[in-house]
Amino acid sequence: MVNSTLNLVWLIPLFPLIGFLLNGIFGRRLGDKAVGIIGSGVMFFSFIVSGYLLLNYLGLHQTGAEFHTTLFNWISVADLQLSVSFQVDSLSLMMVVMITGVAFLIHVYSIGYMNGDEGFARFFAYMNLFSFMMLILVLSDNYILMFLGWEGVGLCSYLLIGFWYEDDENASAGKKAFIVNRIGDFGFLLGALLIFVTFGSFQYSEIFSQLEGYSVGNGTVTAITLLLFVGAIGKSAQLPLYVWLPDAMAGPTPVSALIHAATMVTAGVYMVARSSFLYVLAPASMTVIAVVGAATALFAASIALTQNDIKKVLAYSTISQLGYMFLALGVGAFSAGMFHLLTHAFFKGLMFLAAGSVMHALANEQDMRFMGGLRKKIPKTFITFLIGALAISGIPGLSGFFSKDELLWQVYSSPAGGIWLWLVGAVTAGLTAFYMFRLIFLTFYGEARWKPDTIAHESPNKMTLPLIILALLSVIGGYVGVPALLGGENRIHHYLEANLAKLPDDFTTHQSHLMEFTLMGISVLIAMAGIFLAYVFYVKRKELPDLLAAKFKRAYNLSFNKFYVDELYDYLFVQRLITISKWLWNIFDVRLVDGLVNGAGQLIMVSGRRLKKVQSGLVSGYALSLFLGSLMMIGYYFFR
Amino acid sequence: MIGILSLHIILPMLGILALIFIPDKEKSLMKVVAIGFTLATFVVSVVMLAKFEIGPSDMQFVEYAEWIPQWGISYKIGVDGISLFLILITTLLTPLSLLSSWNSINEGHKGFLVSMLALEVGIIGVFLSMDLFLFYVFWEVMLIPMYFIIGIWGGEKRIYAAVKFIIYTMFGSLLMLVAIFWLYYLSSEQFGSPTTDLLMLYKLELPYNTQFWLFLAFTLSFAIKIPLFPFHTWLPDAHVEAPTAGSVILAGVLLKMGGYGLLRYCLPLFPEATVRLAPYLISLAVFGGIIYGALVAMVQPDMKKLIAYSSVSHMGFVVLGIFVLNQQGLQGAVIQMVNHGLSTGALFLLVGFIYERRHSRLISEYGGIAKIMPFYAATFLIVVLSSLGLPGLNGFVGEFLILVGSFKYSIFFTTFAATGVILAAVYLLWMYQRVMFGKVTNEKNSGLSDLSLREKWVIVPLIVLIVFIGIYPKPILDRIEPSVTNLLNVVQANSNGEKLKISPDVTPVSPERN
Repeated sequence: MVNSTLNLVWLIPLFPLIGFLLNGIFGRRLGDKAVGIIGSGVMFFSFIVSGYLLLNYLGLHQTGAEFHTTLFNWISVADLQLSVSFQVDSLSLMMVVMITGVAFLIHVYSIGYMNGDEGFARFFAYMNLFSFMMLILVLSDNYILMFLGWEGVGLCSYLLIGFWYEDDENASAGKKAFIVNRIGDFGFLLGALLIFVTFGSFQYSEIFSQLEGYSVGNGTVTAITLLLFVGAIGKSAQLPLYVWLPDAMAGPTPVSALIHAATMVTAGVYMVARSSFLYVLAPASMTVIAVVGAATALFAASIALTQNDIKKVLAYSTISQLGYMFLALGVGAFSAGMFHLLTHAFFKGLMFLAAGSVMHALANEQDMRFMGGLRKKIPKTFITFLIGALAISGIPGLSGFFSKDELLWQVYSSPAGGIWLWLVGAVTAGLTAFYMFRLIFLTFYGEARWKPDTIAHESPNKMTLPLIILALLSVIGGYVGVPALLGGENRIHHYLEANLAKLPDDFTTHQSHLMEFTLMGISVLIAMAGIFLAYVFYVKRKELPDLLAAKFKRAYNLSFNKFYVDELYDYLFVQRLITISKWLWNIFDVRLVDGLVNGAGQLIMVSGRRLKKVQSGLVSGYALSLFLGSLMMIGYYFFR
Repeated sequence: MIGILSLHIILPMLGILALIFIPDKEKSLMKVVAIGFTLATFVVSVVMLAKFEIGPSDMQFVEYAEWIPQWGISYKIGVDGISLFLILITTLLTPLSLLSSWNSINEGHKGFLVSMLALEVGIIGVFLSMDLFLFYVFWEVMLIPMYFIIGIWGGEKRIYAAVKFIIYTMFGSLLMLVAIFWLYYLSSEQFGSPTTDLLMLYKLELPYNTQFWLFLAFTLSFAIKIPLFPFHTWLPDAHVEAPTAGSVILAGVLLKMGGYGLLRYCLPLFPEATVRLAPYLISLAVFGGIIYGALVAMVQPDMKKLIAYSSVSHMGFVVLGIFVLNQQGLQGAVIQMVNHGLSTGALFLLVGFIYERRHSRLISEYGGIAKIMPFYAATFLIVVLSSLGLPGLNGFVGEFLILVGSFKYSIFFTTFAATGVILAAVYLLWMYQRVMFGKVTNEKNSGLSDLSLREKWVIVPLIVLIVFIGIYPKPILDRIEPSVTNLLNVVQANSNGEKLKISPDVTPVSPERN
């Protein structure tokens, strides 16, 4: 379909691209002030255009309408026709509005946070480039342009994690992120190639329109969806490829907020939702997603319980929440997963920025053991952080409550879900509330355990204003999806559902309201219990955590040391690969292959040297060989 | 009247002539003259590009002159979509590499410049020849200047590397020469009079048995040049010892002569053997080239060696693309050769820049360079990303097309080939990190200057092309397509154990001489 307003979609990624070029090429000459204005200004324009398009789209009152805009032909060879073209529909519009809005706030925050940094211009150039790539990822109308954005955001993540590259640890974290992501991308690429060979196209709508002939459980579709999910595992940090995300906290905090909480890491969720029409044909893949999601949610939450680094807690929390989203996708609740993606972007983005504000106050301290008592010192940061924590814990009335409740209810009621998956989700919810309030109490309550000579101070308005706006969104963001049970219309579900696939059998109607209400009550109670327990542990009876840690030493150590997964991977893969490669080089390549080559040369030299002796110049020697030769010839004729 | 293609050969030759008459002490003048002539050649090739017609699959701008008519040997040259961009990259990289070595050649300027120009003549001749004998002459001519460049202006072990390079290559060429004689003999048997005209030879009807041996002889020669495992061990030595300009041409263009040879000679001359032997070559390309090359590259302590082994890996993609024998694979292979020329050429230039400053290629000698040389670090990063196939830069286009083509051929091989994408990220980013990031630990690095204006002029054009081709490869793909389609038609029509059938629509190029 063509629509003149919606065809302006190319403006959305164009602005950050301009910002990237300006800041990247002229940044050093422009001065920090101009760089900051350009960097966040382009995101603002982008946001305005996105919002305008969304309003236009909503004004059409056509559910499920899709608009395509082709810019130019990219790679075309014979039956392979790839173009740079965008798809505007409910899914991509929701994503662009969220991305540009959150990115704009984080850019503004960064002006304050990165103030005085040597690489100020470089930082904004990378952030703009990231936004550009992320927008390409969600706007693309085919898998390969999506892959361009997909790898592009990975690149920016690499650059921004290692932003302070003089510290080798940061640079290594960036490299690790890129390489682990590439392992996922390997799966994505193979999945995309299999799609092309099967459907003859990379374009979503052309692929999905051919699906009628495919029955549920089709082997090829199952293979495709599993391969694509490998990509999602890498990008969205799920088991077993999540290991890069905690390390990624080495980047500046706004980076963690934008890339490693709100946007890039949710790309995997978006991609699976985008491919929902394929996934509903592959129940096996759906089960894999649900199980991986549930396992990751629980696993990461259990690590978050014991971490002392404020950003690491948030990182594991992000992994856990992404697991939640995949759990929803896996049971066929695509819109619920996307809804949680949206609210999570608000409250997790908020909490990362607030954590950055805490660090700003304490001279970049990240260890919560050296925090405490900050409640009165940095009240804006405290209040907003608290709102974020309440939201993620699922306290009624806040955004996280609506999305999490919707999600858990669907997990329970879907034929692809069930009570066990729900239970994992509910337990995770309890853990989440606990570790989040552990963080709140350790950071803001109790006595001040700051390092000497620290003067805690509130951050400038540039930083607190984005916090306040995000806190507001964390409160009201959920009202786009108030369930019917609570008298709402679940608008976001109806908005998204037309562009998403449904499981063959519509399950939401089978269940009783009573059950829905009960489960809602239980999950709220679990969250309250988590908060209360954190209160007892970290405010009332502070000796308890140590006692428990001593009593359950083994479990505690496992969690504290993140189950030793990094060490295991290093031993199993990294060291092995290097050993094998060194052997291949030193022994196989140099000694064997090249040895044979040089050996051939040697052989010729040696035989030459031997044969040289025959040419001695002594006439008697020649006479002897002449004689022997003649003898042999005569002998040959004689005995023939 | 000298045609535009002959100009490509004549201009560098005139440059050599001019250099001979310049007194030895006029070093700057010599450099200016050499760069001037190679730049003129580049301009001519850009004109050729502009005049090149999209659509016809035939050879264009064909020039013909009698040479040894009684033996059927002629001076016949032409260009099509397969050779077009390989010529352009040659004429582009030659002046850039000369400019890059403005200060690095300390003795024997004249000899060096003459060798570089002679090298350009040889390489362009190879890409232009439409006569088997003429091709062989150029193929061999090219070896001599390269031998001198490595052997005289190279590093410590230059003699060993130069001798290894020349003997290895000569060994391959010798078998090819035998095969050429055989073909020559067969042509006189089948056509009544002998010929080395390539288009005539395409019409030979060869039994599979004959094809098999001829294919092996030609392919061995090309495999050494590419280089394909296990014939690659001359490359790391040659690269490490060659001066920057030598490495740039060696990696950027010389290796492509192998891939080009496969496309121009092996496929159309011996289609049945090609089809039957393809699986073996693909196995070598994937396991010996892509994966093995990448693994060995990973543990190299020397930057030049690392890039050399990465070439083994990247050229593995080219061989894979060629032998999957479909449109995407072949077009991917051609554009991958161009892209590899750009990005590996750029990598060697960049390593050369820092080598001139520090006289070391060892990764461990560096660290924290990004802080001291930010412009250098930025360009290096873009080239590294191009080399690891990041979408949006040129490297992706070729690798992606090859993987699409290869996936149609075999999922098994493609899965292994695609791991090369992960491994490339590992070895390149690891090297980049160790050179660029961290603190400056080595005192000798702290005073290094960022790129000079001259060096920027060398590297920026390549960066521009790397980005442009990544975003808009269409102008290149459109020009490659007809020739590749044609080549595939020839192979397909003659591959299934059938006798060669000559019909107008499968003839690769119109046989009439114009």
